[in-house]
Amino acid sequence: MAQAKPKKNGAVEKKLIGMADVVIAAAQRAKDPTFAIPIRALSNVSFNPRKGLIEMGEKKQARSFFNVGMAKKFMQTMLVADALSELQRADLTTSLREIYYRTKHTIQDSHENTFDTQDESDPIIEDLEVSLVALREELHVRAENSGSIVGPVVFGDDGDRVDCAKLGKGGYSVPSIVEPEYLEIRRCTADFLLLVEKGTQWNRLSEDKFWRRYNCVLLTGNGQPPRGVRRLARRLHEEHRLPVYVLVDNDPWGYYIYSVVKQGSINLAFESQRMAIPKAKFIGLSSADPERYELPRNVGIKLNDKDVTRAKELLNYRWFQKPAWQEEIKRMLANGLKFELDALANKDFQYLTKKYLPRKLKEKDWLD
Amino acid sequence: MATKTSPPSIRSSKTVSQSVTIDSEQAAPRKKPSLTEKGTSAVTAIEMGTRQREISVSEFFTKNRHLLGFDNPRKALLTCVKEAVDNSLDACEEAGILPDVTVKLETVVNGPTPVTPSQATRFRVTVTDNGPGIVRAQVPRIFAKLLYGSKFHRMRMSRGQQGIGISAAGMYGQLTTGKPVKVISRTGPRATAHYFEVQIDTKKNEPLVHENKQIEWAQPQGTEVAIEVEGRYQKGRASVDEWLEQTSIANPHVRLVYQTPEGETKEYPRTYHELPPSPKEIKPHPYGIEFGVLLKMLQDTKSHTVASFLASDFCRVSPALAEEMCKSAKLSPDAKPRAVKHQAAETLYKTIQTTKIMAPPTNCISPIGEKAILSGLYKQIKGEFYTAVSRPPAVYRGNPFIIEAGLAFGKGPEESVKPQPAAMPLAEGEDHGHDTELARVIRYANRVPLLFQQSACSTFKAVLNTTWRNYGMTQSRGALPAGPMVIFVHMASVWVPFTSESKEAIADYDEIQKEITLALREAGRRLGIFLRRKERAASEFRRRNIFDLYIEEVVEACNRLKGGKLPTEQLKEQLHKIASSRTGGLKTDEALGKTGAGPEGLPHSIIVTTEGIEGETEVAQQTATVPVVSSKPAQFERLSETKAPVKSVRAPKVRPGSGRAKRPAAAKAKVGQQDLFVGDASSGKKAALPKRKRPATSLTRKRK
Ligand SMILES: Nc1ncnc2c1ncn2[C@@H]1O[C@H](COP(=O)(O)OP(=O)(O)OP(=O)(O)O)[C@@H](O)[C@H]1O
Ligand SMILES: [Mg+2]
Repeated sequence: MAQAKPKKNGAVEKKLIGMADVVIAAAQRAKDPTFAIPIRALSNVSFNPRKGLIEMGEKKQARSFFNVGMAKKFMQTMLVADALSELQRADLTTSLREIYYRTKHTIQDSHENTFDTQDESDPIIEDLEVSLVALREELHVRAENSGSIVGPVVFGDDGDRVDCAKLGKGGYSVPSIVEPEYLEIRRCTADFLLLVEKGTQWNRLSEDKFWRRYNCVLLTGNGQPPRGVRRLARRLHEEHRLPVYVLVDNDPWGYYIYSVVKQGSINLAFESQRMAIPKAKFIGLSSADPERYELPRNVGIKLNDKDVTRAKELLNYRWFQKPAWQEEIKRMLANGLKFELDALANKDFQYLTKKYLPRKLKEKDWLD
Repeated sequence: MATKTSPPSIRSSKTVSQSVTIDSEQAAPRKKPSLTEKGTSAVTAIEMGTRQREISVSEFFTKNRHLLGFDNPRKALLTCVKEAVDNSLDACEEAGILPDVTVKLETVVNGPTPVTPSQATRFRVTVTDNGPGIVRAQVPRIFAKLLYGSKFHRMRMSRGQQGIGISAAGMYGQLTTGKPVKVISRTGPRATAHYFEVQIDTKKNEPLVHENKQIEWAQPQGTEVAIEVEGRYQKGRASVDEWLEQTSIANPHVRLVYQTPEGETKEYPRTYHELPPSPKEIKPHPYGIEFGVLLKMLQDTKSHTVASFLASDFCRVSPALAEEMCKSAKLSPDAKPRAVKHQAAETLYKTIQTTKIMAPPTNCISPIGEKAILSGLYKQIKGEFYTAVSRPPAVYRGNPFIIEAGLAFGKGPEESVKPQPAAMPLAEGEDHGHDTELARVIRYANRVPLLFQQSACSTFKAVLNTTWRNYGMTQSRGALPAGPMVIFVHMASVWVPFTSESKEAIADYDEIQKEITLALREAGRRLGIFLRRKERAASEFRRRNIFDLYIEEVVEACNRLKGGKLPTEQLKEQLHKIASSRTGGLKTDEALGKTGAGPEGLPHSIIVTTEGIEGETEVAQQTATVPVVSSKPAQFERLSETKAPVKSVRAPKVRPGSGRAKRPAAAKAKVGQQDLFVGDASSGKKAALPKRKRPATSLTRKRK
């Protein structure tokens, strides 16, 4: 566990202790101890078109102890709460995986484990985030560091000056917690921010020094961007007014990554406030690009059943109702193909750097 | 009257031609097989003719000992025990005596040094019974003449059928050790006991008497047979031990004492004090005979006309029906039976098969009975649940039969309550191993355990074809159900259709399959009810358990959240109270069997818990309390076939609920009734012993 910055924030800890009070109070009145946990599903989110954000609804589900189906989860919730409050008291941060190991043990006089896999503890942490209205960072839980940034931006990290223009082609590894207390943005002279889905394409752009030529910041989250990456993009956008462009594969998952960056995720909709970038633009790969850039059909991949189902789901999401988006998704379905960014290499290794992106930027060819 | 002869030459049959086979089940000696086809080899018919001659049954046996169960030394030892015990039980039951049988296996020193039982190759098998004994004149032929017996010529249910059993065992002994069979027999306390040593003249199939004298014998009545044989003694599957144990399960009315070669004495006490109702002898049913048998019966009959032959030599044929059959077969009812041959006989046979004839009477078979099966299973097998089903009589090919099934399920109450051995807590991806023990099938024909050829047996097939999953068991395709269970199947019939002479597996007739399946289903259905009930109680228990289990964790977590300043005991107690009230409180206790409600809807079943037993408790208690009766003179055990007044022994349902000591306590309370039961049966009915028809070949027996 890493030493965190000292904070005076006792609010989260108070909320965690409040859970024990719920149990004690219920027991005194011979009632079944119950927590109300906001439902994290599509059925309980709404899209606010004015703010361009996904917001969580009011629906909650009860988690009671004296219910055979929930008893174990209830017990697990208490154990996680206990572990989280331990972090608060010790002022440490930790990972999801460490929480799992910290709370796993054999229940006395039995062969039963409190948790059998991490799949059981992760959702409970999310449950607590939403029920206690505390961000994961506030709970001192970090995600994996799996993002990179390069470009004309200077950070202060634990007192060290990090100039991302002087870190070669590898760039700076984005920490999972990038709140101002942990990471300071000292200077940023870029004109825009390009968020790339895949590490491979980010490497290509970094190696070709695309950022120097177009004076931008290159950021990647290696797939679905982790919270640190999203939060950093949001800060650069907000604090340094960088327009954000998202470059993803042309498939339903790429569209969804873009939408999470832009208006937040369904699962943790309550965090949209601090994470989403409603003004982010989708720069590519668009389903119109193969034709426009003359990509041969044989570098496409046939959509599978899952892709088609997912694409149809996206068509129904309220935040994909703009005509341009409906057209974009339907075009992909009509073609029956998806394209990876890597497919651009079919034309030239540096096609992305030298032709594709320059033309996109020049033509302002993006979707909102 | 000691007639001494030199021991017969044992290997005298070496020259018998290999090509001769014997096709009839009775293995009757065949006269000169006729040659119909030319041999393809250079051997001429004349040369072959010189080699063709009569084969004595005994010679046949030497070559084909496997047909009679003497394939290998281990099995041979078992077969000897089995033949002798079967005869003892048959004889006792026919004479209305509760059987008291002792089986003794001793190793015989054959070389310079004594050997351990597992290494020994020679054994003396001694079987002693308290039966009617055998009259002097019959002893030699019974023990030293193949195909000599009282049971073959009649349609009556018994263990033995063919008249080969004991003489074959004796002959096997003679062949392998050269020693004669030693017999002691006494027909009553006032008769003298006789001692015989007999051997068989294997060529003539005639007895040779080596020794015959009067002796003093401690037993007032009965028979003792001692045979020295080459054999192997090994415990486990298909062993003497297993056979005796299974015999005792299906024959709880027998007291069996077993002296093992190791010198141990095992006793299987009598747990059921009533003889099985004596089966009546019947004439063959017309549907049950084969064409060849009909021809033979036509020749042998004492009747002078075909019509009277049909009416008197078969059951269920009235004179009117006999006339009608003659008419449809275009036969004069007055024709001489011996004159009905060839085409006419065949037409008669076909007519018989197509005429509507009433099913045979079924009082010729005597099932074990549900109570006795329960008692046998309960006595020998540890379990939690027992049930027994006797089907009503049915008929295959004119032979009446009854199927009975039973189940003993579970590992015994102690084991099911016992916490599982402390297993390691599981790591990610690990999994508790599952119980893969398969159920065991124990099969019986006329109360005799069948230990070989399980998969060829109709009973086994019926077990496989039953969908045990419907009754809460696990079962993979085409396999036995998995779980701690013993499945008992018994077929009782005047003629059990075995797949071969060695009487190891029951043949697969549709009618038999159907009956077995119905019996198994009923037993399975009851098991299902039991398991569901148990499961329901267990799930309530688990519910409460779950809460109890997690309360500790939750309270500890709360305590840590509150900085360790929580009155944890108080919080725990409050939570436990809520848990109990939410899992049905008393109602769960009831479901868990703590209030001792009986097994409703489970006829002929016993449920055993650590708290006691429920169900047919009187059966179980007979088992629990019956004192060893060996001190009593044998005649005291003689019971009539008239049922003892069972009603009077019906115990009030045991209401367990006060701990483990319940079973013996409840049992003690019953001793009085027990005595009443035994006394009543033996004193009241002694005078009225059944008059039974003596078959022609049977031994005359004076009853006092
Ligand atoms: N212990 C005994 N007490 C009284 N009679 C006996 C005893 N053992 C045999 N017998 C008589 O001897 C006869 C011959 O016995 P044996 O075992 O050879 O043939 P089985 O029992 O009739 O038929 P199987 O060949 O099927 O056993 C029996 O039918 C029975 O009448
Ligand atoms: Mg016999």
